[in-house]
Amino acid sequence: MEKLRKYIDKIKPNFEPGGKYAKLQSVFEGFETFLFVPNATSKSGVHVHDSIDSKRTMTVVILALLPALLFGMYNVGYQHYLAIGASESFITTFIYGFLAVLPKIVVSYVVGLGIEFVSAQLRGHEIQEGFLVSGMLIPMIVPVDTPLWMIAVATAFAVIFAKEIFGGTGMNIFNVALITRAFLFFAYPSKMSGDSVFVRTSDTFGMGAGEVVEGFSGATPLGQLATQTSGDVVLTDIVGNTISTWDLFLGLIPGSIGETSTLAILIGAAVLLFTGIASWRIMLSVFAGGFAMSLLASTFASATYPGSFLTPVDHICLGGFAFAAVFMATDPVTGARTNVGKYIYGFLIGAITIIIRLYNNGYPEGAMLAVLLMNVFAPLIDYFVVESNVKRRMKRAKKGGTTNE
Amino acid sequence: MLSKKTKETLLGPLSKNNPVIIQVLGICSALAVTAKLEPAFVMAISVTAVLAFANVIISLLRNTIPNSIRIIVQLVVVAALVIVVDQVLKAFVYDVSKQLSVFIGLIITNCILMGRLEAFAMGNGPWQSFLDGVGNGLGYGIVLIIIAFFRELLGSGTLFGYQVIPDVVYEWGYQNNGLMILPPMALIVAGCIIWAHRAYNKDLQEK
Repeated sequence: MEKLRKYIDKIKPNFEPGGKYAKLQSVFEGFETFLFVPNATSKSGVHVHDSIDSKRTMTVVILALLPALLFGMYNVGYQHYLAIGASESFITTFIYGFLAVLPKIVVSYVVGLGIEFVSAQLRGHEIQEGFLVSGMLIPMIVPVDTPLWMIAVATAFAVIFAKEIFGGTGMNIFNVALITRAFLFFAYPSKMSGDSVFVRTSDTFGMGAGEVVEGFSGATPLGQLATQTSGDVVLTDIVGNTISTWDLFLGLIPGSIGETSTLAILIGAAVLLFTGIASWRIMLSVFAGGFAMSLLASTFASATYPGSFLTPVDHICLGGFAFAAVFMATDPVTGARTNVGKYIYGFLIGAITIIIRLYNNGYPEGAMLAVLLMNVFAPLIDYFVVESNVKRRMKRAKKGGTTNE
Repeated sequence: MLSKKTKETLLGPLSKNNPVIIQVLGICSALAVTAKLEPAFVMAISVTAVLAFANVIISLLRNTIPNSIRIIVQLVVVAALVIVVDQVLKAFVYDVSKQLSVFIGLIITNCILMGRLEAFAMGNGPWQSFLDGVGNGLGYGIVLIIIAFFRELLGSGTLFGYQVIPDVVYEWGYQNNGLMILPPMALIVAGCIIWAHRAYNKDLQEK
């Protein structure tokens, strides 16, 4: 540590105005503040700082994402070996998944950070760290067989059009990772939905080659729901075994890489809540909204919408619901900021997710669209919450007259 | 050949005074008809024709139109011309006319038309008005064609209906971008054109 600090101090003058590499100052600063908490102190007035800044916040979110990511890697391998009917050791299974997922992470970071660095250089800003989390989220919310070039295109699109043109980190209206996914979803629907993208049946870098077993179907549980026509819903895994709510909760089911295991996501949620990074109000109300809406749906269940026969717990464990609730809805930049607003915002995300999932056959999963839709409404919700506060206090001030609160 | 003012009337709308990317008029049709180059091209010609002749007619009538009903008169003139254009398209390029469907009829409501009639034809002579109409129609058309070029190339892999992205590229795993066919991308491409245009013409940048 000491040595690193000394080295950085030694090369620092090169990057300051007048130095050899003064043009690369923003890049240097980006790395320096990533490694060490900046020790700049305020020069005037009284300020209270703690050591948390946006880089440290992002790091905690990455830590919270790790359980879901690691589980996702294992699950990719698990589904693959299940599909080809081989049983391999835990390590082999994990390594297969690791090799399948790693290129996506690399592509997402290289493209996204590349654009961030270039735009920071062009504008002479310091490098903003917002992409640290988005870059990890993107590979986790795509199917395992999404081609890398598509991820690169979509990431570039999202970073430029959803983030940089609004002014960079902290200024975006929409969640960048979800814009990436939405772009992929609408631009290349055949690679983002259906039953041939969520389970990798081919080999990865020559590893795990084999023929798929008979009776294989790569449809996700939600995909099966969307195509079901009768009232008695039976969800199966990719080789035709019936799966229970417990399986949905544990997450050894096909789906986007990071979203399948509700358990791993809840561990991440615990980290976020314990450190106070994410808002428990939003998280709680998303789950409440989803629960309430699916309870309502199952009360009025009809065979036209087979999904409505599932229990609320099933719905919460299925698809990207939990992932969206924990990591997407709680994005502090795009979400509501007032406390009352957070409840409304979260509740509507949960409810709309279930509505889209159940009643729109075009979209098997609604979490992405629901969060993006509520991103647009978040400022409006905040506006009305603030207005009603102002009104209430005005009334009280007029009535009370003399009391000074 | 042309005086400076005439030149400005004709060529100004192509870039520095473009109806779409500077005045932001006629955006709706720019979104609706630009998924393919062919309809965009036909639309551009139609609007240019209607705009040029409507400008001339209104300019000729400008001293006799009572001020209080001028909008109605302008609409009648434009509507008549649009019907003529619609019939011509139906007669000669039926397929494209089918594709454009209501959007030819909706030329009547195109903001560029009312804008030019009100702002230019009501106060200038027929020749000047004609040039103004042609200029603005072309300015609109250029933007339409640029947008349609990108949308058709990236969205369908074709230009004017001919495949330009070779099959071998598809075999490598390339896919057409379905989002390009949807209207939102027209807005984003239009936004990019405005971006590039302002970056090039620094005097247009708002402070």
